Amino acid sequence: MNYEAVIGIETHVELLTHSKMFCGCPTDFGADPNTNVCPVCLGLPGALPVPNEQAIHWTIALGMALECSIAPHSVFHRKNYFYADLPKNYQISQFDLPLCVGGHLDVDGGTGERRVGITRVHLEEDTGKSTHLGGSGRIHDASGALIDFNRSGIPLMEVVTEPDIRTPEEARAYAQELRAIVLALGISDARLEEGSLRFDANVSLRPEGSTTLGTKVEVKNMNSLRSLQRALAFEIDRQNGVLAAGGTIAQETRHWDEAAGRTESGRGKEESSDYRYFPEPDLVPLEVGPELLARLRAGIPELPAVRRERYMAAGLDATAARTLVAGDLSGLFDDAVAAGAAPRAVANWLSGEVTAHLNRTGTDAADLTLDGAGLAELVEMVDSGEVSATAAKDVLAGVLAGEGTPRKVAERRDLLQISDVGALVVAVDEALAAHQDEVARIRGGDARLVGFLVGQVMKATGGRADPQAVDRLIRERTGA
Amino acid sequence: MDPADLSIADAAERLRAGEVTAVELLAAVQRRASMTEAILHCYLTIDRDGAAAAAEAADAALARGEDLGPLHGIPIAVKDNMVTRGVETTCSSRILSGWVPPYDATAVERLRRGGAVIFGKTNLDEFAMGSSTENSAYGPTRNPWNPDRVPGGSSGGSAATVAVGSAFGALGSDTGGSIRQPAALCGVVGMKPTYGLVSRYGLIAFASSLDQIGPITRTVADAVTLFEVVAGHDPSDATSYRGEFPDPRAESGRGVAGLKIGVVRELSGDGIDPGVLSAFRATLDALAAAGAEVTEVSLPSTEYALSAYYLIAPAECSANLARFDGVRFGLRLPGDSVEQLMSASRRDGFGPEVTRRILLGTYALSAGYYDAFYGQAQKVRTMVIEDFSRAYRDVDVLVTPTSPSTAFGVGEKTADPLSMYLSDICTIPSNLSGDPAISVPVGLDGADLPVGFQILAPALHEAVMFRVAEEVERLVGFSSRPALATSEGAA
Amino acid sequence: MPVEIDIAKVARLARIGLTEEELAHYGEQLQGILEHAARVQALATDGVVPTAHPLPMVNALRADLVEPTLDREEVLAQAPDREGPYFRVPPFLED
Repeated sequence: MNYEAVIGIETHVELLTHSKMFCGCPTDFGADPNTNVCPVCLGLPGALPVPNEQAIHWTIALGMALECSIAPHSVFHRKNYFYADLPKNYQISQFDLPLCVGGHLDVDGGTGERRVGITRVHLEEDTGKSTHLGGSGRIHDASGALIDFNRSGIPLMEVVTEPDIRTPEEARAYAQELRAIVLALGISDARLEEGSLRFDANVSLRPEGSTTLGTKVEVKNMNSLRSLQRALAFEIDRQNGVLAAGGTIAQETRHWDEAAGRTESGRGKEESSDYRYFPEPDLVPLEVGPELLARLRAGIPELPAVRRERYMAAGLDATAARTLVAGDLSGLFDDAVAAGAAPRAVANWLSGEVTAHLNRTGTDAADLTLDGAGLAELVEMVDSGEVSATAAKDVLAGVLAGEGTPRKVAERRDLLQISDVGALVVAVDEALAAHQDEVARIRGGDARLVGFLVGQVMKATGGRADPQAVDRLIRERTGA
Repeated sequence: MDPADLSIADAAERLRAGEVTAVELLAAVQRRASMTEAILHCYLTIDRDGAAAAAEAADAALARGEDLGPLHGIPIAVKDNMVTRGVETTCSSRILSGWVPPYDATAVERLRRGGAVIFGKTNLDEFAMGSSTENSAYGPTRNPWNPDRVPGGSSGGSAATVAVGSAFGALGSDTGGSIRQPAALCGVVGMKPTYGLVSRYGLIAFASSLDQIGPITRTVADAVTLFEVVAGHDPSDATSYRGEFPDPRAESGRGVAGLKIGVVRELSGDGIDPGVLSAFRATLDALAAAGAEVTEVSLPSTEYALSAYYLIAPAECSANLARFDGVRFGLRLPGDSVEQLMSASRRDGFGPEVTRRILLGTYALSAGYYDAFYGQAQKVRTMVIEDFSRAYRDVDVLVTPTSPSTAFGVGEKTADPLSMYLSDICTIPSNLSGDPAISVPVGLDGADLPVGFQILAPALHEAVMFRVAEEVERLVGFSSRPALATSEGAA
Repeated sequence: MPVEIDIAKVARLARIGLTEEELAHYGEQLQGILEHAARVQALATDGVVPTAHPLPMVNALRADLVEPTLDREEVLAQAPDREGPYFRVPPFLED
């Protein structure tokens, strides 16, 4: 029997507010352990939460970007469970009255566009962070754990999809698109490696054509878009294998082991959870009126889908448009085009060399030492023949290494083309003098040797000569 | 007269007249405490050094002409469920033994800013759960009128210290009557403000939607004073009232002529001790004689209020007390895993009443029972509120006895939680509604134990409540003091 | 009205490590209290809106501003166990 995968994704997004969700502690990543703490986020007796207005506005903004309905009346609930890095032993979250419900996001995982339903977007608080101690580094061998509460209380948005995703590629496309939206809204730095964007997936299989859902497995601990895709591919294979062997799927949580390339059964919480949700009595309800909605809607910037359409209208192909938007390179693109460069040339640089650089170094667009003006300058230098296409790659490498603007790099690295005709003539004449046999054969009608002579000139000039000009000069002088 | 027996108003006047100093006022309550603490055990912590420094600072400030207001230089006690920076705060629980908070509760901060001398932290039922101050991990408080009796609870330490004169006033907290019932049983004034008027920031939560801090004093005027100092909007408490604050003195001195006073039928007959009822009725007669229109009013849902309360309060407490887990502060027992550590610490750290209520609340919120218990209790809460608003269409204030009985014997009700819970029957409805209420002493029963008279008013109508309270105080003229409040009595 | 209580499960959810005897004792007491409290179920409450809060307030929020934090030493001085700048606990399973 053939099975199809049914996938739903829960995404946690840490918001980029200055202060935490329910207190005024700073949210900076990488601060000294247990320094960004106060009675509220440490869960000290007597402390009370007060919600961060910015976090609420940003959650609504994401809801709008995902075409959700924004709840006019919304409530925070307490989600009760004991956990060492959850200071109050309940998490302030939302339950039956979240801020945003019922949206969608269109994604393309390579098999055509699919509409992924967004069940809800709600707001909650993050937990502290524990480091497990012990020889093997594995949790069940640990001798103890150390807890840092700096992360405790950082605003966390949860975006839940309907089980509408069918393939690992679609899951990745969804995650990428959601990340691009979050970046466009400027509400999170969305760094997977720092945990400010975290994905969990629910996966089940069902016979093709069936509409009932199979037993679902929750897969956690995927720290990159690539590992999300790999983990789902593995898990679908695994479930297929179990079913093919006549087995049944156990409802469980499995952790993705990146190094081993497989999901592993969770270390089994022995009891099923009973979170005893009830309305948070330390907080009052949220009410969102039409004026606030209008104000927030007006503040929504151009979203990735619209931006891609704009780029394609400017002559970019779909792949380039997608790469620019997904890689958060659209700012650079727009700036370079605004500075006068041709859109397609800019797009080629960004989706080619620049993206390769980001992938190679594992950095983000925000870390680049290249700006729009610099990129426009580089395009212009190639167009005018100041640098060759080959040399331009070296120029860009220099810019990305922080050596300065393209012109400075080209000068310092001595990559500017020899455009002085006099100097070119000298170089050409020297080459002709040194290869008289070949010149004679050209004159005798063997024009194929022109290329050889061009090569000699290029070699002699260290690649700085304009090959077309050299070619022209040689033909003039040899009558080819 | 021993300065320890002065009202706050009188002490403040003498301070400014130069007849007494803050240091002398502190010495007076210290003397009273040293005579009575061995019997009564009002305090868990007396902050001798902190209080001495505050009293000296208060005198120095007055000498410089700086006057911080009506509590300047006055020794005040604080219930030990409000956090005090640098002073141990235990909530009478073993689980918080030795805990020194790194911050002050807003109410405490407001006391300090008002120049008050915080004398010490008073005993309570563990986490404010109880009606007798017997549920304290550090031993019970006794009633100054008769040490074989309980002082009521949970603010028993605060009520007893004010009654005996080892503080001029005290802060208590009231979740189901925990200010008013002990005030009644100790013969002092105790007031629960409208929910939201006093910040709960730094009050160790029992039931967040019911808890409210309020004053315990020897006179109604002093209660107004203490209330005014601690009340006010606090941005650190999302449930803090944000509107214009009502002036509690707006109706002071107007008497009760023409006021409509409703006697709550369901809480003024069956189940109320005869000694309580006779003092209550005598007060009603006095009010009628003074021109008030006294009528009977029915609040049918009060029959269910107690049941609703004993679902809502434990449910909230089961989550509020989850943070006491031995990880970041307080008692920790060893365990091979975090779960074992938590389970062991909480088992040993909480007393039986707290354990009972956490279990009760956990059950009431758990899957499959929420709607039948917690959900239904919240609806009953709505009905109680509707009953009150109906009643207030016809009357200005409602009155009941504060407690169905006077002080009961130590140990008398500890074995039967339900009978203990019934002592809050008259006070619980206004916690469910969030309305203000005050208990004023109106006499002694046959056993020479004080009786409290409770006045309820609509939310934010403290002014009319205080107006009736001061008139009850004036008309009844209750001036008895417990024998322990004199040096002969203590000796 | 009889009330069903799995007291061991309730105690586990509440993280209170009671002995068998204690469980039996509390189970019995809860039974009594809950049977009394179950009286609320007798009340007709169709169409009644539950009250979570006594005051009809909404949108009590704070601006996104950073405020002073606590001194780490003062906080960790109260910790039952610490290691360097961290709180220390025995091992636990990841969820």
